[in-house]
Amino acid sequence: MPDIYYTKEHEWVKVDGDIATVGISDYAAHQLGDITFVELPKPGKAVKQFEVLCAIESVKAASDIYAPVSGTVVSVNEALNTRPEIVNESPEEAAWMATMKMTDRSEVAKLMNRGQYDEYRKGL
Amino acid sequence: MELLRETPLIGRHREQKALLAPFGGWNMPIQYEGGILAEHRWCREKTALFDICHMGEFLYRGDIVAGGLENVFTFSVASLPEGRSRYGFLLNEHGGVIDDLIVFRLAKDEVMIVVNAATADNDFGVIRSRLKAGAQFSDISDATGKLDPQGPLSRDVLTELLGRNISSVPYFRFITTDILGSKAIVSRTGYTGELGYEIFLPAEKTVELWDKLLKDPRMKPAGLGARDLLRLEVGYSLYGNDLDETITPLEAGLEGFVNFDTEFIGKGALLRQKATGLKRCKVSFRVGSRRSPRHYYEIWSGERKVGVTTSGGFAPMLGCGIGLGLVSPEGAAMGTELTIRHDNVSMPATACELPFYRGGSVRK
Repeated sequence: MPDIYYTKEHEWVKVDGDIATVGISDYAAHQLGDITFVELPKPGKAVKQFEVLCAIESVKAASDIYAPVSGTVVSVNEALNTRPEIVNESPEEAAWMATMKMTDRSEVAKLMNRGQYDEYRKGL
Repeated sequence: MELLRETPLIGRHREQKALLAPFGGWNMPIQYEGGILAEHRWCREKTALFDICHMGEFLYRGDIVAGGLENVFTFSVASLPEGRSRYGFLLNEHGGVIDDLIVFRLAKDEVMIVVNAATADNDFGVIRSRLKAGAQFSDISDATGKLDPQGPLSRDVLTELLGRNISSVPYFRFITTDILGSKAIVSRTGYTGELGYEIFLPAEKTVELWDKLLKDPRMKPAGLGARDLLRLEVGYSLYGNDLDETITPLEAGLEGFVNFDTEFIGKGALLRQKATGLKRCKVSFRVGSRRSPRHYYEIWSGERKVGVTTSGGFAPMLGCGIGLGLVSPEGAAMGTELTIRHDNVSMPATACELPFYRGGSVRK
């Protein structure tokens, strides 16, 4: 089973070996409302932890999505180009946005596990 | 802290799990549980019900010309037949729009004026200052409720629930009728591009009518989020975004609602603007992707910044971003290739005609 971590900006990351799969949390999808556009990162893009990875738009607002870990984008979820509503339907499963090859696995220490994230959300 | 006002339906909105947010000084439903896109679709296909009690209503009684009302707006009230309504503007001396509004000719010497919520108090003072002694002018906003059923099935639903006389009301006409034992106005107007009605009735009857209408399975509540997408898809201007005191109706592309044969404050400024040519004008554009422009993004033509967006959003019926803006005239010609910019976002767009969405039932 891969380990799942969350950021304060409401991204999730599933870590399996040195491959990280990234998306936004159920909470974030609900807060944004109906998603109308996902700007996926380009494969090969290198990004540092907590820097902008890509962007998302809903009927209400435009937001950046931050990389939960440092690494290089390996693949992206092309289905989101034509059906961005998947982010509302299945934010933490079907609506993964990108996989990344991690450069430093120890960075997950700066993230929250599910229990910590749920506590964090309650405080918002 | 600003104290938000609430409509008589605030309890219903909470029960229906609406997301409430401030709008024009009121705590209003932005969306209900199903979300903005579902509410937008329901309005385009069935009938959506909007709580629009926040808007302002004024009542004028007296001779239209002698009392001064004839020269307050950008059109003639005296020439408006009883039972009809007309859209137009209240302008300042520079031709800027103090508000956009609809005037209803209730009777020979009786007129109702419907204005935006955020501007209502100021409008009332401005209009009163332009009237002559002898005219009766009162703010009936608090006593007046307003519900807007909008959508292709609205005529069928209202005819069944409220009476056959509603079925034959043409666009921009209204009838005065009995609803729930009270005198009400049912007007064939709206802000969605669909067949629809605006119902004015005593505020204390609003909850009862809301409940009655929503018992029909063809009717569902919709919030101001859906309303904004609906109006933008058909290119209607929103006061505070596309119109304000620094923008004239000519710049906003709404000269058709200005009658230069009548006298009104701001007319001189508009005539001067016509004579010297517009320095900026309205543009409507489609984005080449699903990206949404938002209010106040930059509009570029080639290497030149030509203006700013005044409204923007995602058009569900078209599957792309759309927007309105104010640009220097060379950026407004149909087919002009534009770039909409904001921070590090850049979206190609093309100037196009209005309405963006042409499939609405508004005149059916």
